[in-house]
Amino acid sequence: MIFVRRTLSIAKREFQSYFNSPIAYIVIGVFLLLSGWFFFTPLFLAGRSTLRGFFSFTPVLFIMFIPAITMRLLAEEVKTGTLEWLTSMPLRDLEVVLGKFLAALGFIAVALAITIPYPISVDMIGALDWGPVIGGYLGLLLLAGAFLAVGLFASSLTENQIVAFIIGVTFCFTLYMVDKVLFFLPEQLGAIFQYLSVDYHFRNIARGVIDTRDIIFYFGLMIVALFLTMESLKRRHA
Amino acid sequence: MPKLMVEARDLYKSFGETQAVDGVSFSVPIGQVVGFLGPNGAGKTSTLRMFAGYLEPTKGQAIIDGVAVSDDPLLAREKIGYLPENCPLYDDMMVVDFLRFVAEVRMIPPSQQDARLRLVCDRCGILSVLGKDIGQLSKGYRQRVGLAQAIVGDPDLLLLDEPTSGLDPNQILEIRALIKELGKEKTIILSTHILPEVQASCDRVIIISDGKLVADDTPDALMTKGTASRVSMLFGPMDSATVDVHRIREILADIPETRSVSSRPGEGDGTLGFSVDVGGDGDARSALFQTVVQHGLPLLEMHREQVSLEETFRKLTQGD
Ligand SMILES: Nc1ncnc2c1ncn2[C@@H]1O[C@H](COP(=O)(O)OP(=O)(O)OP(=O)(O)O)[C@@H](O)[C@H]1O
Ligand SMILES: [Mg+2]
Repeated sequence: MIFVRRTLSIAKREFQSYFNSPIAYIVIGVFLLLSGWFFFTPLFLAGRSTLRGFFSFTPVLFIMFIPAITMRLLAEEVKTGTLEWLTSMPLRDLEVVLGKFLAALGFIAVALAITIPYPISVDMIGALDWGPVIGGYLGLLLLAGAFLAVGLFASSLTENQIVAFIIGVTFCFTLYMVDKVLFFLPEQLGAIFQYLSVDYHFRNIARGVIDTRDIIFYFGLMIVALFLTMESLKRRHA
Repeated sequence: MPKLMVEARDLYKSFGETQAVDGVSFSVPIGQVVGFLGPNGAGKTSTLRMFAGYLEPTKGQAIIDGVAVSDDPLLAREKIGYLPENCPLYDDMMVVDFLRFVAEVRMIPPSQQDARLRLVCDRCGILSVLGKDIGQLSKGYRQRVGLAQAIVGDPDLLLLDEPTSGLDPNQILEIRALIKELGKEKTIILSTHILPEVQASCDRVIIISDGKLVADDTPDALMTKGTASRVSMLFGPMDSATVDVHRIREILADIPETRSVSSRPGEGDGTLGFSVDVGGDGDARSALFQTVVQHGLPLLEMHREQVSLEETFRKLTQGD
């Protein structure tokens, strides 16, 4: 109970502070612009109402946008010294890390919620199969969660936000690309790499097929990345 | 024995080759205000950080109110309010939002938060800046917010790392007064390199240098103690034919307390001045007086020189 309240206090503070800085509005604005472009282009060009463009390009956008959202979460606190203060508060590292993670997830959820008019407008033009859409959004949230955890880890490695951003993009890009270089590899190794790809699991879920293996993959990735973040925090004050 | 609020048990902290804290032990009873003094790089911040839970000791234990920080960090942290060096705060938050956040993390029930915050802000004199962003505050107000956050949870112990650094003289006085006020009900350890600060606000001074504890006493005792005693004497007027300087020196040097005797300017007209460095903790003046009387020397004046805390500090920390 205390654990939950403290975690939520951190999350609330962090979430509010997103909206104190222009970066949040820029990120959401650009995200809506680009995802809208991927959504409307096929609609006008092919005259087809489909969300396929939106769901296949949003993960690519996340590679850039999510590290931009997570880069300051820990790096800035180390740089300004507030992490030292925060560490002296009666808080567990887990509460701090989880709180920050939830704040960023909430932020992404807001950004995704603003795109809900896309499927609704498609539905008005022609009947929409909602299964893949719901799967798609769920997949995006899971994918975002994994990227956010990885980005948070990147932010714990340095006190320079730009460096945290670059590390985060590199991690996310790698996790996205692992299954796209399969043709170089022998088959068994290929299967492993495919399982490690965030995009492979996303495509599964976005088909509207919810398989526990995919869910487990994302949660596993989040747990590993958040655990590494805590280890890295601990080393800062060793 | 009075109950201890803080105990440093043989604390060591090293960063690679650097020994930042090198075997420091001390204890602070409940209610004391302790000045933690030392030159730059002495290890003050590192020591406080081990109590605040930010640094793990390389060796030894930091104990707060009977709880070892390493054993139960959460419980230990509930007992402290910490103001780190340079007062790092969330610059993009409004003062009131920040303090409310502190109150939430400190588990103050929502129904009591308003009253608690009002009390704290009133004490720290920040009611007028509650709606401002912390980043826009003047340094004095920023420091007050730093103190306010430390007392929101009503902890028993305050650890303040250079709470007056970078402030103008008026602000320094006001912050000192505030600390003095807080010291009436809390145990406080404050680090500083400003000597008048410890004289003004502390019951006790702990001086560290190069990571080692070099002195631990009251400010007054430190000013008069040990190496620090010197008695100046003035004789005369006298006929230089009958008594010569060397003879008086010999007489003064003859008592056991005397370490050395040197001449100093008299007041003219056949007066002779001497400085006598005396050792030991006691007062050597009565022994000096007896000797002077026995030898029938015309003593005009004798007084003990106040050796300033600065001088003691320099002596202790320069390791001559
Ligand atoms: N994180 C760190 N990594 C490496 N060395 C450090 C670290 N923190 C402190 N030191 C070193 O440890 C020594 C003690 O530093 P500390 O900050 O505790 O001194 P201080 O007494 O607070 O000094 P000041 O009066 O300048 O604040 C210094 O030599 C410092 O360079
Ligand atoms: Mg310091």
